[in-house]
Amino acid sequence: MQKVAKLIDTTLCIGCKACEVACQQWNDQEFTMGVFNNTYQTMPSLAHNFWNLIQFNELEINGAQSWLMAKYQCMHCADAGCIKACPAPGAIVQNANGIVDFNQDNCIGCGYCITGCPFDVPRLSPTTKKVYKCSLCSDRVAVGLEPSCIKACPTSCLSFGTRDALHHNASKRAEELRADGHAQAGVYDGPGVGGTNVIYVLKHADRPQDYGLPKDPHIPWTVSLWKGPVKWLGNAVFFGGLLTALVHYIKVGPKEAHRDE
Amino acid sequence: MITRRDLIRAGAAVTALGFDLTPAIAAARELKIARTTQTNSVCPYCAVGCSVVIHTLGDKSRNVQPAVVHIEGDPDSPINRGTLCSKGISLKEFIVNDRRLTTPLHRAPGAAEWKPIPWDDAINKIARHIKDTRDRSFVEKDDQGRTVNRLPGIAMIGGCTDTNEINYLLSKFRFGLGILSYENQSRL
Repeated sequence: MQKVAKLIDTTLCIGCKACEVACQQWNDQEFTMGVFNNTYQTMPSLAHNFWNLIQFNELEINGAQSWLMAKYQCMHCADAGCIKACPAPGAIVQNANGIVDFNQDNCIGCGYCITGCPFDVPRLSPTTKKVYKCSLCSDRVAVGLEPSCIKACPTSCLSFGTRDALHHNASKRAEELRADGHAQAGVYDGPGVGGTNVIYVLKHADRPQDYGLPKDPHIPWTVSLWKGPVKWLGNAVFFGGLLTALVHYIKVGPKEAHRDE
Repeated sequence: MITRRDLIRAGAAVTALGFDLTPAIAAARELKIARTTQTNSVCPYCAVGCSVVIHTLGDKSRNVQPAVVHIEGDPDSPINRGTLCSKGISLKEFIVNDRRLTTPLHRAPGAAEWKPIPWDDAINKIARHIKDTRDRSFVEKDDQGRTVNRLPGIAMIGGCTDTNEINYLLSKFRFGLGILSYENQSRL
C-alpha cells in the first residue's frame, strides 16, 4: 500500500488559519478560548482539543524581519515514538498508509506517548483522561478524501498525496527556492525517526528550530532503552525464572515438608 | 440496547477465544458525511463568492428532520476549487447557532425595540413602502419633456453572494421600478 503524506510549503503560508478552523470543524471540537502570548498565534501550543496550530515565529534573520510560519501538528513518523512508548495494545495504531492514529477506546491515559514523542504533540485531556492528537483525518483518507486542513488551504501551502509524489514536489520546490537566492532552502522530514509522513519545505532548512521543529528528532533514549534492552532483560529474567523452576521441579521434585515426630 | 462499549467487551471475550476482531474495532472511526445530503451553496461572507457544500443529516426522507452537520468547500467551483478561508470554513457555526435570525424583525417608528414579525407581514410592509415611495417620487418626464421613467426615491444594494440567477431577477426588478442608484456590496 502506498504511503500518504502531507506537504507543507512554509514559504506559501499566509497565516490565515483556515487549516486550524477546518480541523476544529471536521473533528467537532468544542469552542476553546484562545490565549494571547504577544504573537498572532491562536494559542501558545497544541491542546487536547486543538490539534493543528500555525506558529507565527517572528525573528530577525540577516538583519531582516522574518515571519516563519510553521504548521504544528502530528508528524506521523515512520518509527513513531508514541507507539514505541505505549503500553496499551491497540491504543495507538499505524495504518498501512503510514497514518499514526490514536484509538481512545483503548487508551489508558498513562501519558507515556507524550514522553515518547520527539515533536511534543500528544495532549492529555483533563476531563476524559485520554490522549488526543491529529489523526491525519484517517476517516477521510480511508474513503479517498483529503484531510480537512489540506482541503481548506487557500494558498496551496498544504498538499496531500502519496509520499513519493510529495517528496518529488518538495525537492523541486526547494530547488526553485535555492535558484531564487535562498541558499539555505531545503526539505525537512525528520530523518531521525525514519522519515515522517508530514514533509516541510523550509526557506531556512539549516535552522529548523526557528520554525519550532527539532533539528535532529529522536525518540528519547529512556523510551528506547525501556522498550528495548530493559524489556528483553525483564522478559529473560521472568521467563528464565519460570523455566528454572520447571527444570528444578523435574530434576529435584517438589519440596518435601519434614515432620518432627 | 447494545452500546459500543458492550460490543468491544464482547469483542474482547471473542478475541480471548481466538477470533481477532481488531479490523472491526479499527473501523469504528467512520466518515461523518458518508450518507449526508449534499447541497451546493455560496458562502455569504466576502465578495470572492466561494462555493460550499452543505452536508445535512438524513437523505431527505419524509420523517427526517434535517440538520446541518458539516460544511466544506465545493471542489467543482472554479472560484475556490474546494478551498475556504478560516471564516468560510466555520459556516456551520453561522447556521447552527442560537443567535441566528430566523424571522424578520421590525422596529416601528419611534420604538426602541425590534419585534419579530411574520414573513407575510414583512413582505407586505416592504411592498407598501415601495409602492408609496414610487407613487410619490416617480419621474415620468424630465425638464425638457423627454420620457425618462425614473425613480430617484429608492436605491438598491446587491449582495456579493447573490447568484447570477438572483442578480438577473434583481436587475429586472430594478429596471421595472426605474431605480437608478445601484450599488453592490463587493465595492463597499
